[in-house]
Amino acid sequence: MDFLEILRTALQQALGPTAIVYVLAAIGINVHFGYTGLLNFGQSGFMAVGAYGLAVTVVILDGSFWLGVAVSFVAALALAIVLGLPTLRLRADYLAIVTIATSEALRLVFGSVEMKDTFGGSNGLTGYSKVYKDLNPYSDGIDLGFISYRRDDLWNITVGWSLVAICCLVVWALMRSPWGRVLRSIREDEDAVRSLGKNVFAYKMQALILGGMIGGLAGLFFALKQASVVPTDYNTNLTFLAYTALLVGGAARVLGPVVGGVILWFLLSGLGATFGQMTSGPDPILPTWLMDSSQSSLTRFIVTGLALMLLMIFRPQGIFGDRREIAIDGR
Amino acid sequence: MAAELTAAQAALAQVATDPGAKKPDPIVVGSGITRTFGGLKAVDVEHIEIQRGVITALIGPNGAGKTTLFNLLTGFDEPNSGQWSFNGNALQSVSAYKVARLGMVRTFQLTKVLAKLTVIENMRLGATGQKGEKFWLAPFKWLWKGQEDEITSRADDLLARFKLDAKREDFAGSLSGGQRKLLEMARALMVDPELIMLDEPMAGVNPALKQSLLGHVQSLRDEGRTVLFVEHDMDMVRHISDWVIVMAQGQIVAEGTPQSVMADQRVIDAYLGAHHDTDLSELDEAALEAEVEAEIKEEQA
Repeated sequence: MDFLEILRTALQQALGPTAIVYVLAAIGINVHFGYTGLLNFGQSGFMAVGAYGLAVTVVILDGSFWLGVAVSFVAALALAIVLGLPTLRLRADYLAIVTIATSEALRLVFGSVEMKDTFGGSNGLTGYSKVYKDLNPYSDGIDLGFISYRRDDLWNITVGWSLVAICCLVVWALMRSPWGRVLRSIREDEDAVRSLGKNVFAYKMQALILGGMIGGLAGLFFALKQASVVPTDYNTNLTFLAYTALLVGGAARVLGPVVGGVILWFLLSGLGATFGQMTSGPDPILPTWLMDSSQSSLTRFIVTGLALMLLMIFRPQGIFGDRREIAIDGR
Repeated sequence: MAAELTAAQAALAQVATDPGAKKPDPIVVGSGITRTFGGLKAVDVEHIEIQRGVITALIGPNGAGKTTLFNLLTGFDEPNSGQWSFNGNALQSVSAYKVARLGMVRTFQLTKVLAKLTVIENMRLGATGQKGEKFWLAPFKWLWKGQEDEITSRADDLLARFKLDAKREDFAGSLSGGQRKLLEMARALMVDPELIMLDEPMAGVNPALKQSLLGHVQSLRDEGRTVLFVEHDMDMVRHISDWVIVMAQGQIVAEGTPQSVMADQRVIDAYLGAHHDTDLSELDEAALEAEVEAEIKEEQA
């Protein structure tokens, strides 16, 4: 067993572009669920419209790259309004049902044969990221001794972590304000907020739009770092892994989703590398009747799930959460 | 109690004690308000007027429709029919938050404190017209800092008045039931309402706290607000209310000063049943038998 190699892989992934996608998605969910109490189970839908907004504009409609970026944001905004108008006046669970159904519907439409000319079918779309790649100022990759990134990934993580920092700054500035106080109050009791003369529907809509547009940004970044959009990438797993990242870090904390996403990917890839090593080679450490190399990459999800259960039992508020806030829930 | 009566209180002496009586200076006027749940007519109010500047109690047995009427008046529920106005503004299908902004603020029977916010944050939320609650201004603290400080000092004054200042930084969820009632009342005052509607302010409050709550409700009237409250606690009704409206089975059955209402036969009937003091042993057995037989025949036919 090469522990250094495992640690290296884990760290590389935890700070890498994939983790950033989940961190951004989780920041959006934090605005929805953590601060406002909106159960959005369709974050992958917001990400999909963000990614396809860019790809379709550039590849199919022959628009410019920056127009595509703008379309991404407008698409996420429009999706939030369409989802919010009918559901935000209803009980919280309706939003959950509608968002998960919509995100699945979007994925199926984007991948459908009938719409192949517009969305590229199940192969998706490529060839829209030239402008983004040309912006890369680095001439070479980076080698920090322990971990190293190639030239492309170095540009990806530079952009990615900058986006994360901007999103965190926006969320922090908003949530310390009276506006954020109204959102947190809505999470606690809508009727109380209404009785004090606040337009609850408008605030919920604003929160849904803000979180949805951060989700769209996550999708946009996903599309850029991957250089292709494939419909199957935007399945419900994406949403739920982002929720996991949020809960690990601690909901309703600005840095909760960031730390949660990094830890989740550190765990996932560290375990993947561990099991990979234990089952590879002519004489694997684990006997093949127990686990073979094709099973090892799935086992990491089982072990990660177990770790999450333990976390929820012994630290239900996540890493950054406030224990006092959780204790009150036992009323 | 204050020895001198205010003009508003004195004016009530001239008011007839019929259900739906006209008041000299009403702040709320409603008529024909009905609300049905399935086959049950929960509220069926022909006419109601609430006098400005006094404490009006709304009493009645369980299920009389008091809270439903509260919900209808404040926009938390939609009636099947009826119109009502506050200060001359018609309130039909006006949403609850707009009703509150007009100056008609209610509390809830089951207190709704925001458990995971501190007491002071609960209070700050109550203030209206906050610049920092607008999305585009919120990120820039210097734009709303001054107003926030103003709101905080007003909130601190109210907390001191309601003896909650020691709990300022505690989570509202850690307060006792009585303290929650106080916090809810104080928070409603942050809106600076003209009419404050309290839904069972005394429920679950210990006797010591009750006395101070009574004082607080009276002080609301003394600073010029109108108070309408729902209550089962007859002591409270007798002590502090200037006018009492009695509801039973969705309708207003009687009105009057506390003394006259307590003696009103219609009120006693509503609470205890119209035949509560009929001695069953004195009933004519033969007549009863005949009645039962007639009933049986009717069913067979």
